[in-house]
Amino acid sequence: MSAGGLLLPRSLSAQPKPRYGGRIRVASISSSTADTLDPAKAALSTDYVRVNMFYNGLTRYDRNLAAQPELAETMESSDRQTWRIKLRKGVAFHDGKPLTSSDVVYSLLRHKDPATASKIKTIADQFVEIRGDGPDEVVIRLAGPNADLPLILAQAQFLIVRNGERNFHTVNGTGPYKLAEFTPGVRTVGVRNANYWKHGRPYLDEIELIGIPDEVSRVNALLSGDVHFINAVSPLSTKRVQAAGGYEILSTPSGLYTDFIMQQKELPTGNPHFVLAIKYLLDRGLIKRALFRDFGFIANDQPIPPFHPYYRSDLPQRPHDPDRAKWHLAQAGLTGVRLPMYCSPAAEGSVDMASVIQELGSQIGLRLAVNRMPSDGYWSTHWMKHPLTFGNNNPRPTADLMFSLFYKSDSVWNESKWNNPTFDRLLLEARGEADEHRRKQLYGEMQELVSDYCGVAIPVFINLLDGYDRRVKGVYPIPIGGLMGYMLADNVWWDG
Amino acid sequence: MASVPVPLERAPGTSFVLLRLIAGRVGSALLTLLLVSLVVFVISGMLPGDAAQEMLGQSATPAQVAALRHQLGLDVPAHIRYLSWLGGMLTGHSSYSLVANMPVGEIIGQRLPNSLILAGLTTAVAVPVALFIGIYSAMRRGTFIDRALNIGTLALVAVPEFLMATVGVLIFAVKLRLLPSIMLSTEHSSWGEFLRSYTLPVMSLAFVVIAQMARMTRAAVVDQLNRPYVEMALLKGVKPGRIVLCHVLPNAVGPIVNAIALSLSYLLGGAIIVETIFNYPGIASLMVNAVTSRDMPLLQTCAMIFCAAYLLLVLIADVVAILANPKLRSQ
Repeated sequence: MSAGGLLLPRSLSAQPKPRYGGRIRVASISSSTADTLDPAKAALSTDYVRVNMFYNGLTRYDRNLAAQPELAETMESSDRQTWRIKLRKGVAFHDGKPLTSSDVVYSLLRHKDPATASKIKTIADQFVEIRGDGPDEVVIRLAGPNADLPLILAQAQFLIVRNGERNFHTVNGTGPYKLAEFTPGVRTVGVRNANYWKHGRPYLDEIELIGIPDEVSRVNALLSGDVHFINAVSPLSTKRVQAAGGYEILSTPSGLYTDFIMQQKELPTGNPHFVLAIKYLLDRGLIKRALFRDFGFIANDQPIPPFHPYYRSDLPQRPHDPDRAKWHLAQAGLTGVRLPMYCSPAAEGSVDMASVIQELGSQIGLRLAVNRMPSDGYWSTHWMKHPLTFGNNNPRPTADLMFSLFYKSDSVWNESKWNNPTFDRLLLEARGEADEHRRKQLYGEMQELVSDYCGVAIPVFINLLDGYDRRVKGVYPIPIGGLMGYMLADNVWWDG
Repeated sequence: MASVPVPLERAPGTSFVLLRLIAGRVGSALLTLLLVSLVVFVISGMLPGDAAQEMLGQSATPAQVAALRHQLGLDVPAHIRYLSWLGGMLTGHSSYSLVANMPVGEIIGQRLPNSLILAGLTTAVAVPVALFIGIYSAMRRGTFIDRALNIGTLALVAVPEFLMATVGVLIFAVKLRLLPSIMLSTEHSSWGEFLRSYTLPVMSLAFVVIAQMARMTRAAVVDQLNRPYVEMALLKGVKPGRIVLCHVLPNAVGPIVNAIALSLSYLLGGAIIVETIFNYPGIASLMVNAVTSRDMPLLQTCAMIFCAAYLLLVLIADVVAILANPKLRSQ
């Protein structure tokens, strides 16, 4: 059996015929001396866009978040534990050397070495053995069955580098652009790779990537024509962009959420009635409207967003029900309790969310205090370290990753420290399940368990908002992230 | 023409006095730098998290952090790290940035020229304008034009530069599209592009420092204009312009140069807001970067540069004041 969707032909887009030439400038949210050309160290949207300019993965995400073949022509497995990857022929690195299995083996195994400082070492640790079988085939043996491997390998960190590359002072990839200039914290310039293996691509002569951390400056730069594509537009700025004429907002539905974490290992936040009181207390509609200007989806206290293939649609939506919240609070014997909440601008929207919860709580006899912490150091010193904190979790490509990273009882980032053996068992079962129907059912059960018993409350899924100049064509959302799932360099053309 | 003589020949002890002053200042400057580096090291050590944690981010496991910490040498005791940094600094070996995959000297080398260009251009615009406004309004003190300039400069001092810069961007970049909203100039740019890119940042910075310098200049000149020797010169029939240029200015130069030095030292480190708004790759935002990524070697070096620049400017101001003042000079 082959991985779901991998062998489907690439769908033809309805866009008009692309034009060649031109240069665009892209501004992302962050840029610092930590900017890197090493995919393994890529940490932020700017890094993801940069590495996708110069490298390719074995697979890539399409607009439905399914894996499409990229450097891998096929990926097959009979037991989902041992995978055989057939590499595309005729792919060359920027220095002219052909892509071989040794490059792929090196690129994947380096994540397991702590000295690489890879962001995804924990994911790569499931690779038990990776070996080349001739120059064009690679065999991967996993510690246990995992049907999601094609999706996992599409992550930016798993992009394929040249065998033996360690320094990353320059770039030798297979991607659509060649490196022309790289100054960490300032700019990255890529020029068209004329020998790109994707026939007819890329379209632009040159693409420049800069970081503009300040949101107002970023929007101003777009509206003054100095840059042509920006990410992380605040919901409040969308009207300004749309009113200017010649500019468009790209709203990408995503699994991004900011959650309210109630520690389960301590009281009173570990009391199940307290957890339910909070979950019924949340006015999700208000949060979606007031904080995110309706650029989002109402969530149901579980992390799988409505557009996801494994989303369980028959789970009843938890309403805003103050009476029920009050009843649960009374059942917990906590009416009138005083508790501090720790929020920070680091967790998007959490400060406003905390104010909303405080206000709603005061109506049912819950006296919550808002402690606003600085962004700097929030994740290392406050997140999960107090009874009530806020987290902010980026979309992950698969339901398995989302659940394994943030909900499995022994995970380091099991935010609320909940412990549900049934959930853990279902998770392992689903990971190796071949039957798609059964798999969806298992993930559905997990969603119900998290929604009902886990100590995190998830009010909304937040859309990712980009702004772009209408002369940039070929734009569509890929729900893994902004800037077309960070892959705009490969896809867009300039109609100026 | 006979007027109050400004002796041109130096009194015998002048150069000796100056040398002693400079030597003393350099000595105390080195001590200050040492203390500042120690304070920066201790305070930044108190910040939550370290470079390894910041680099691996929210999703780091303790084992990964420990491995990276070892790789970066963060697991050795703090005092040894400080001493090895100090040793490297003294022997001229630039330390390696914890985060950026290159030596600190190289990073600074990319950014410091940018900051110097911005500060230099702003100085070239601001100092002549400020001196002109200050002297002119002092000469016309009490008149309508003086009051108008006074209110104008006072208003400019009060307006924060981020407002100035943002309004400038909205008008000249977003509405009129005359100037770029962010810094786009590179070494390959033409002169036209260079000037266009620098206009808004330089203006935003210049407005603030012009206003401060002009007010100080006016105060210093007015103070001198009220002295008896000016009255004497007037009675002798010296023209007002000549009085100010030849007699008042040499006496007022001390406080004026001091005001200029303080304003200029601000242009290097204090340009952070302008650097943020115009996305200007200067050294102030580099230092903020270094703090958030906990890149201690880079942070220390930035702090040293700011501190040294400040001390140097103040020293220059003092030397100029001494050279310009006959009384101090003959001491």
